[in-house]
Parts: sequence; C-alpha cells; structure tokens
Amino acid sequence: MTQEPVGTANRWKRFSDWDERALRLDKFAAEDPENGFAAFSSPHDPKPAVELSAGAVASMDGVAARDFDMIDTFIANYHIDHEIAPEAMAMPSLQVARMLVDMHVPRGDLVRLARGMTPAKLADVVARLSSLEIAFAYSKMRARRTPGNQAHVTNAKDDPLQMAADAATAVALGFDEIETTMRVARNAWSNAVACAVGASVGRWGTLFQCSSEEAEELKIGMAGFTSYAETVSVYGTEKSFIDGDDTPWSKAFLAAAYASRGIKMRCTSGAGSELLMGFHEKKSMLYLEARCLCLQRAMGVQGTQNGGIDGAPVTCTVPGGMRELMAENLIAVWLDLECASGNDARATESEIRVGAKILPYLLAGSDLICSGFGSILKYDNSFNASLLNGEELEDYLVLQRDFEADGGLTPVGEQQILDLRTRAVEALGAVLEELDLGSPTAEMKSSVVTASGSDETRSYLPRDATIISEAILERGITVVDVIKALHARGFVEEAGHLLQLVRLRVSGDYLQTSALVRQGKVLSAINDENDYLGPGTGYRLDAQRREEIVAIRDVLTREEVLREESLHRAGEVKRISYRLKGTATAGNDRQEVVIGVSPAFGLKLFRTVAGHPLSAVMRELVDGIESGGCKARVVRLRHTADTSFLGLSAAMLSGSGVGIGIQAKGTAVIHQKDRLPHNNLELFSNAPITKLEHYRRMGANAAAYVRGELPEQVVVPTRGEAMGSRYHARVSLIYAIETEMAGEAQEPEELELAFLETKR
Amino acid sequence: MTGANDKLTAADYPLAEKRPDMVRGRRGKSLDDITLASVIDGSVTLEDLSITDTALRQQADIARATGRATLAQNFERAAELVNVPEAAIMRMYELLRPGRAASAEELLAVATELRQAYSAPRMAEFVTEAAEVYTRRGLFKRRF
Repeated sequence: MTQEPVGTANRWKRFSDWDERALRLDKFAAEDPENGFAAFSSPHDPKPAVELSAGAVASMDGVAARDFDMIDTFIANYHIDHEIAPEAMAMPSLQVARMLVDMHVPRGDLVRLARGMTPAKLADVVARLSSLEIAFAYSKMRARRTPGNQAHVTNAKDDPLQMAADAATAVALGFDEIETTMRVARNAWSNAVACAVGASVGRWGTLFQCSSEEAEELKIGMAGFTSYAETVSVYGTEKSFIDGDDTPWSKAFLAAAYASRGIKMRCTSGAGSELLMGFHEKKSMLYLEARCLCLQRAMGVQGTQNGGIDGAPVTCTVPGGMRELMAENLIAVWLDLECASGNDARATESEIRVGAKILPYLLAGSDLICSGFGSILKYDNSFNASLLNGEELEDYLVLQRDFEADGGLTPVGEQQILDLRTRAVEALGAVLEELDLGSPTAEMKSSVVTASGSDETRSYLPRDATIISEAILERGITVVDVIKALHARGFVEEAGHLLQLVRLRVSGDYLQTSALVRQGKVLSAINDENDYLGPGTGYRLDAQRREEIVAIRDVLTREEVLREESLHRAGEVKRISYRLKGTATAGNDRQEVVIGVSPAFGLKLFRTVAGHPLSAVMRELVDGIESGGCKARVVRLRHTADTSFLGLSAAMLSGSGVGIGIQAKGTAVIHQKDRLPHNNLELFSNAPITKLEHYRRMGANAAAYVRGELPEQVVVPTRGEAMGSRYHARVSLIYAIETEMAGEAQEPEELELAFLETKR
Repeated sequence: MTGANDKLTAADYPLAEKRPDMVRGRRGKSLDDITLASVIDGSVTLEDLSITDTALRQQADIARATGRATLAQNFERAAELVNVPEAAIMRMYELLRPGRAASAEELLAVATELRQAYSAPRMAEFVTEAAEVYTRRGLFKRRF
C-alpha cells in the first residue's frame, strides 16, 4: 500500500470527492445580523407599527416623523393609505399570512390591505410562510395572469451584427423583453440600434431596453430606440441611496420623465445591495427590501425588477437566502407591482442549486420569470453570467415540458433560427450601409450567423462599435431614420415591426402595470388580470400553448425507431443468416449450451442498444461457448420476450441444463434448468454498456458452468450513467416490437446460424 | 359615446383597441394616420410618435379606476413633463441628485421654473418637497 501523507490519513475521502464538486466554489457566510448577514430577521429590525395624527404619519415602524430619513418620509407621504392603515396594521400577521395562501381570499382584498401596511408589517407577514407557501402565494398574487420572460442580449465584443442576430433569436424563442448593455460605455447607441433592428425580425412586440448610465439611457429612449427601462435602482437605507447617487425624489422624477416620453419603466431593488454597499444598518435583508418595495409603490412606478438582482449571490450565502429572494418577490406582487423576478445574476456554480432556484418560479409563473435569462453564452453576457444562459437554455425548455409549466419560451427549429439570424444580420448590415455607418463584409455576416458565441466570429470589435455609436449620437440618428433605412433596402416587414413598437407610445397603454405585447396586442394587469381562486382558475396552459412547449427537438417515435432499425437490416443480411430448421426440442447432448433468442431478434431488430450488430453478438457468444469446449445450439423462443424466461426456457431445452437467453436489445442472462425464474447464474442487464468482449466471456462462463466450475462472473462496469434517461424511451419502443411478436402458444424454433463474413 | 370629461375605466383599456377615437399624437394624428407609408413620405415624424399629456391623464384615470392611485399620480406628474425639453429634464434631474444643488434655493428655483415656464404645479410641489427633505437630511453638500 502507498503511504498516505500525514494529516490526510484520517480523512474520509468522500470529503475530498465533495471538494472537487462545483458546489464548493460557492462560499457560504455565517448568519451575523450585526454585520448584515441575516435574511429574514435581525434584532435591529423594528416592530411593525404606525401612528397617524392630523392627516399625517406621526410615526412608522418605531421611528417618529421628525427622525424620518428620506425613505421613511417618502413612504409615509405617498405609500401609507390612511383609510386602510389602522385596519391592516391591527390584523395579526399570522392571519394575513394565511389569507395569502387561502385560495378563497381574492387577490384584490390583499392588495388593498398592503396599501395600509408598513415595511416591517409586510416583512413580518411573509416571513411566516414556508418556501412552498411563498411560491403558492406568489402564483396567486402576481398581477398579470399570463407569465412572461426577459432575455439578456449582449456580447463580449459589443459586435452589433451579433447583437442583431442574437436579438432575433431571443425574439423567436418567445422572450417578451430583451435587455442589452455594453462592455464599453460609449457603445450604447450602437447596441441600441443593433438590438432594435434584430428584435424587429420575425414578429413585433418584444420590448427592448439598453441598460446604461441614467441620463444616457433616457436619451436613447427619447430617440425612440428603446421601449422600456428597468435599471432605475433604489435602496433600503438612506446612505446606500446617496451612495447610489440618487434620492427617492430624483428617482421619482426620472420615473415621471420616462412616462412623459411614453417609455415603460420599472425600478430595480434586491436583497444584499445595502450589504454590498456597506450601509445595511444591521437590518435584515427582507426588512430593507420591504422598504425598497413600499418606496417603489410610493413613487408610482408600475413595477420592479426584484429578487436579489446583483445582490442575489451574497444573499444566497446566508441561511434562508433563496427563500428570502422569493419572499421579497412576494411583497412586490402583493404591493401590486409588476415583478421581473430576478433569477438573473448567477448565484451559484452548482447546477443543482440553479435548478432548485428556478423551479418555484417556473411553477408559480411570474410577470417576467428572469430579468433576464442569458440568451447568449455566459462569456458573452456583459451583465455577468445569468442563473440560466445560452448553454442551459434547452434544459429550461425541457423543464417547461416536464412540469407542463409555461416559462415563457418556445422551442425553435434549427433551420428557422438560421433563417432569422441571416435575416437579422442582413437587415442590420443594410441599415449600417444606408446610414453610412459601416459596410460589413459577407464574411463578417456569415461568421456571425452560425456562431454560438463571439469567440467564433470574425466581425466588429469594441472599437468599431465605438465609431458607429458615436456617429449615431453625433448625427442625431433616431428610430425614424432606421425605419426609413430598413424600408429603403427592402426590409419592409422589419420597418413595419419597428414602427409598431414605437407607435405603442402614442396611447401609452403599455405604461400600465405588467404590460407586454402578445400577438400585436397589449396585455397587462388590467385586461389580463390574475384571477386565481383555486384549481380551474388563473393561468392554465391551453392546448395550443401546450403543443408549443412540448415540441422540443429530437423526440423519439415508434416510426423513427423502426426506420432506424430498418437501415441496419441490409447490413445484417450480408453478415448472418438464421435458417429455420423446424420446432426445437429438448436436447440430450451434455456438452451443449442453448442460446435462446427473443421473437424479433434478427427479424425486425438488428442491433443492441449499445449499437452492436446482432451478428457480432452471436459470433462472440458462440466463440465463447466453443472456447470452453462446449457446443452452441440456437433456438428462437416465441412465447416470451422476457430475459429471465428466455434464459430459463433455453436452459430447459439444453442437454447440459445451461442456457443463455438474449433479447435483441442486448440484455442477456445465463440460466440453469432447475433454478427459479429470477434466480439466474449471471445477468447482463446494462445492455447499453455491454461490450462484445463481455458477450464472449458470457459464452465462456456458460461453458464453465456446464463443466461444473464456478467461473469469475462477468461484471459489466458502470460509472453510474443514467441508463434509464438515455435509453428507456428507445428500449420501451423496441421491447414493444418484441412483445407484439410473442404469443403464449408459439413453439420454439430451431435455428441454424451461418456467419457470412470472415471475422475481422 | 362617452364625453370627454367622463373618467375612463378598465373597460376603455387598451385605449388603442377600445377607444382609438381618443388616441392622438402630438400633432393630432390618429393611430390610423401613423403608417409605414406616412413615415417614409415624411408626413409622420418622431414627434408624432410621442405620447401626449392628454394620453397620460387618460392612463392616470384608468390607473386610478383600477386601484392604482400612486401610478396615477406618476402619470399626472409625467403629463406635466411632456412639454419640458429634454435638456431641461436632464438639468432638473441632475440637480435633484444628492450634492448637486448647493442649497434649497437652487431646487426652489427649479420649482418656480416648473410652475411658471411649464405650467407644472404638481412637479413644482414635488421638487419643493424634495428641497425641504434635503434640507432636513443635510443633502446640500458636494460629493465631487
């Protein structure tokens, strides 16, 4: 034995195995309210209370009006409804918590009560719910009935061509909103034009934002390129707010400014931001977030991007962190705000934690489940990697199918995606040329169309984007110029789509709570109100939407399996013949091993699930038996397709009493005549990983049993592969072909094998 | 038909679908006038694709009718900013950020400007309130 180094000898090596897992890259923090590391409660959180006097809030959550900070003042002046506060604050928190999960209590009743509750009260109520109850309450309380989703569209080179192709891709996948940002701040205008053009390919209605510096973002909106904004951040302590370079009044001014230009807007807040900024005041994350959310309702914004956001990773380091993110989202929708519910900044390296994080939202639905989903590859995400990214997008599509839950996305076929990407780069190329901003080559465009990410493109670089961006800004190019350019170059449909989006501004319908555009119509909390009151109400997957969701790629059907099998028939006919010699009877040769093959073996099915031709498998079995000094006799059993009974039936026909049963899919057994059906000598159940050499050794072992020896059993090594997930759909279809051919009364047939090729 | 002074409700929403007759761009164009052809021939400009104060007040009515009073207030503040030029909006926003204004007087001057130049009493009141709170919380100190 090798000597273990001192110090590690007493370690259970499983811990070393665990050290290697991605999970251990995540760091976890001790609960420590004094230093801001507390999700749900801190000794410094105030007790819920409100005192009204002479038409004003005299004190709130333990703070007298004269000591109110800016946040308290704004909440007291604009959020607290004096008519409702006495009633709502007097209700026991547990009673309100139960109302949140009571399907008989309408959403509207609870929304009304929230208007009279202080931040501490809202936090106190939701803290009484388990994660499951929070998810259920969220599903009931979210404002719009139909769930939606948002994508990030960015790339590491700020390449406008790729931006356009990826925007068109995200639109095809069904994202209701796309959000971009830049590696280089001054490239904002180039990004904006590229995404606006890309998002006009295929259909219209996907809202678009360009996250940049506050004033710049508003300017881009005023030029007509973007249709919403969401990076208007608010914070739960006064010092954080000031450090964020704003006040509730400046942010509320900005909110009004966006609305005055017909641009949809939501604020952003999330647990952990105050902790990251160093001004947490020793309060729990949930309480600080409740302040942020009351403030947002007070400001009169229609919605919030909420649920940790940039603070999600630090929130997930503390006990209950993920539950807290759900709880703050619940407060948001309870306050009747549209909720773009986080699930963006990648809070973990563990794929299990990623899946667990997203599942409640997928099941409950959300106005925008992710804010946003990384539709591009992780390294191309200029916001930093999302919880889910281009790499994992298909996993998410499958989760929708697994749970029959609408996550807002729709699978798209390969050719369709290629066509849309081509159209998008051609459209943007035309706009750049028409507006004299650039002339991308055919090679640049084609490299982008097929590229999974910017590593694979030979296109624009950040500096090129800067030149384009500055030209757009300097020349005052607006969305109208882009519409005209598209039209002039024959992209009439795209020009029309872009105009439709800008035209939304005139009525302002999409400024209302939770508004998005589906099939050319504005859908919001007003005309698509969440009416959940128990089973049979609220959002349900209709037949058409279900059909879209289940249509993932590469789905096996019986026809497909039979077609694939038939492709192998021609090859097998050249390699082996099974000559029928009449009904098989019991033998009396004590040196024989009978191989009992299944009903469809070599007739309709021609290879094992490991892909071995059945001719090769038979050759190995026969060679193995003969190498042990025995003779092989082959029969086709037609009364059963079950491995155990194939094996036992073969053994009973065998003069030696030893037989092998084998199914066409490759599952095999060595059996002996006096044993119980399932008490075999050796079983080869993992056909997908059974190699030809195993079949040979199986034959040799059968011969050893004939000689009365106990050989070393053949163990097919498994590394724990999920055999069922990989093969069972196919196996079930194949096995059904076998059982269809089996009939209780059918006699076994004697076969004479002839191998038609010399062994390689 | 509902008269111009009747408050709108959820039944009128979305206005573009339910009450297209009420929807007008800043130069009076209807939604039907805003076509690709009219953009191409230049008869529709970016200005025609802007929201009006009337539309914002209509949306405020709908928000209030559906129980969203604070959202309605935001739309009403926004209605007052529709005619405030971009540069003025940027300047006012900048002054409202912490440490930008050296004293309450600078903000009160903005309030006066809003009231007098842009007939924006709600916004003026809102900025006045900010001046009071900033004074009490000591925000008039330079940050850079």
